Amino acid sequence: MSVLVFVENIEGKFKKSAFEVVSYAKTIANTLNQKLTAISIGDVSDTALESLGKYGANKILNVNSEKLKSFINQAYASIITQAAKQEEATIIVLSNSFSGKGLAPRIAAKMEAGLADGAVGLPEINENNFRIKKTAFSGKAFALTELTSVIKVIALNPNSFELRDEITTPEITTFEADLHSQDFNTIVKEIVRTTDKISLPDAEIVVSGGRGLKGPENWGIIEDLANALGAATACSKPVSDAGWRPHEEHVGQTGIAVSPNLYIAIGISGAIQHLAGVSSSKTIVVINKDPEAPFFKVADYGIVGDAFEIVPKITSAIKALKES
Amino acid sequence: MKILVCISNVPDTTSKITFSNDNTIFNTTGVQFIVNPYDEIALSKAIALTEGGKGSITVINVGEATTEPTIRKALATGADNAVRVNAFPRDSWFVAKQIAHFADGKDFDLILLGRESIDYNGNQVASLVGELLNIPSISIAKKIDITENTAIVEREIEGGKEIINVSLPIIVGTAEGVAEPRIPNMRGIMSARTKPLEVVEPIDVPLLVKVVQYEIPPSRGAVTLVDASSPEKLVELLHTQARVI
Ligand SMILES: Cc1cc2nc3c(=O)[nH]c(=O)nc-3n(C[C@H](O)[C@H](O)[C@H](O)COP(=O)(O)OP(=O)(O)OC[C@H]3O[C@@H](n4cnc5c(N)ncnc54)[C@H](O)[C@@H]3O)c2cc1C
Repeated sequence: MSVLVFVENIEGKFKKSAFEVVSYAKTIANTLNQKLTAISIGDVSDTALESLGKYGANKILNVNSEKLKSFINQAYASIITQAAKQEEATIIVLSNSFSGKGLAPRIAAKMEAGLADGAVGLPEINENNFRIKKTAFSGKAFALTELTSVIKVIALNPNSFELRDEITTPEITTFEADLHSQDFNTIVKEIVRTTDKISLPDAEIVVSGGRGLKGPENWGIIEDLANALGAATACSKPVSDAGWRPHEEHVGQTGIAVSPNLYIAIGISGAIQHLAGVSSSKTIVVINKDPEAPFFKVADYGIVGDAFEIVPKITSAIKALKES
Repeated sequence: MKILVCISNVPDTTSKITFSNDNTIFNTTGVQFIVNPYDEIALSKAIALTEGGKGSITVINVGEATTEPTIRKALATGADNAVRVNAFPRDSWFVAKQIAHFADGKDFDLILLGRESIDYNGNQVASLVGELLNIPSISIAKKIDITENTAIVEREIEGGKEIINVSLPIIVGTAEGVAEPRIPNMRGIMSARTKPLEVVEPIDVPLLVKVVQYEIPPSRGAVTLVDASSPEKLVELLHTQARVI
């Protein structure tokens, strides 16, 4: 038996969330005294594949095919399921990324496996049960979920597991899956990347702006701060509803849920729906001119004052710190 | 076009979430229930696609009789008829099995539902139903354009978007931006009372997951306020105390 982890690449490269799932799956494999097999689909170089050895992959199944360079949900689900069978894996781990969210349930359905989506920690494993903590109620609660099925699928939230180094020299083998035309029903026509921007769901620092910024023309101070910090930018719902910012920046209960190391909220009041999507951030900073703004109640650090005066000063101080 | 829209009944977004019986049961006392906001987007899209007699919309909900006001609201907004699978929506797998069982063989061209429900946030149902019916699924769509028998769907990915071409039938989870939100008008509210709402009994589904306990995130300590005249102090604290920059 073994643990199988699917490592997602973006244009042939692995990002931090890929290493997170490997390290997480390795920790589970160690607990169960099993080996860890990683599977990669797409066009990934051997050097990149070998880098998975830093976090304990014992074996890597490489599916290198031009046809599979972009994400094709049904084909990927078939491949991973077949790999799981070959490896006799009873635990399958993947990232709860946008693609992972579509993939995990299809794999679970194929294998009649219980699925823990949005897992935020390691499973508690003992002879009788396998329990895992996941987010629920849009960040307002956690649910300790027991997977009672033989095969278990876990989709791990980005930024919720600290990498643990465990050097191995993985054996890399080519994996040929048996695919059919119906696995290729979807055709990716185009991928549009906002290359100059850090992706929000897996960003370590997020700078977020609300209605307090008065208009889209004032977003320069948010972007300058984000650039100085290497952060992603986000916004509250009314801001994207008004078209000041694109919808994909909207965080909260009805937007993206984020859990960065640092979340900086500027001119955001802290409505319950907004907090739901950001409250699992490790450190929260609030800048708001209203001392009664509810956001201060859940913040670690705060400044009461005018964002237009304060934010540029913070940006300068950060630049000075980075230079020193 | 024949469209099925799946809707779930969820606590209002302003609800304070609490649990009883040693944190094992979600406390519904005093909680107002609404149509899941993402499912409203799905329904609004379905209405836009079928407007002017270009098709029909069935809504399906897996829920006990208490969810009927939510179903009526969907009918008032613009669905033609509704089905309620009479069971507590135990988990995503259970719900997906019921939906797939109902939809199987009924030739829906399109199945729409919200990308996730705001209570259990599974984000699973679209893909589970897709797999059970052996049709393509797109779990988080930002834009859906349909011409004849093909759909062009924009899907969110990390740091960008992907544009997909796919033939119907498909199942799609909708996110914000897919459709202008619709709200029921007076005529809709009146007609909703007489639109058909069929109640069907659930099929048996083996248990694969169960929630054993809930937990409320720990509250943070008191906020450390930095004076507005010295914002650089904040940077210092973030660097030396919180160690996040
Ligand atoms: C069904 C539903 C779902 C929702 N989902 C979400 C969601 O997912 N995400 C979300 O964000 N919201 C959501 N909302 C909306 C939410 O209830 C709030 O309305 C919203 O979060 C408020 O956005 P805001 O804080 O930017 O604006 P406001 O509440 O208007 O707050 C603006 C803040 O800026 C401050 N301010 C003004 N000028 C300055 C200045 N010069 N310097 C510093 N501070 C200043 C003000 O003191 C105020 O606190 C939802 C609502 C509903 C009904």
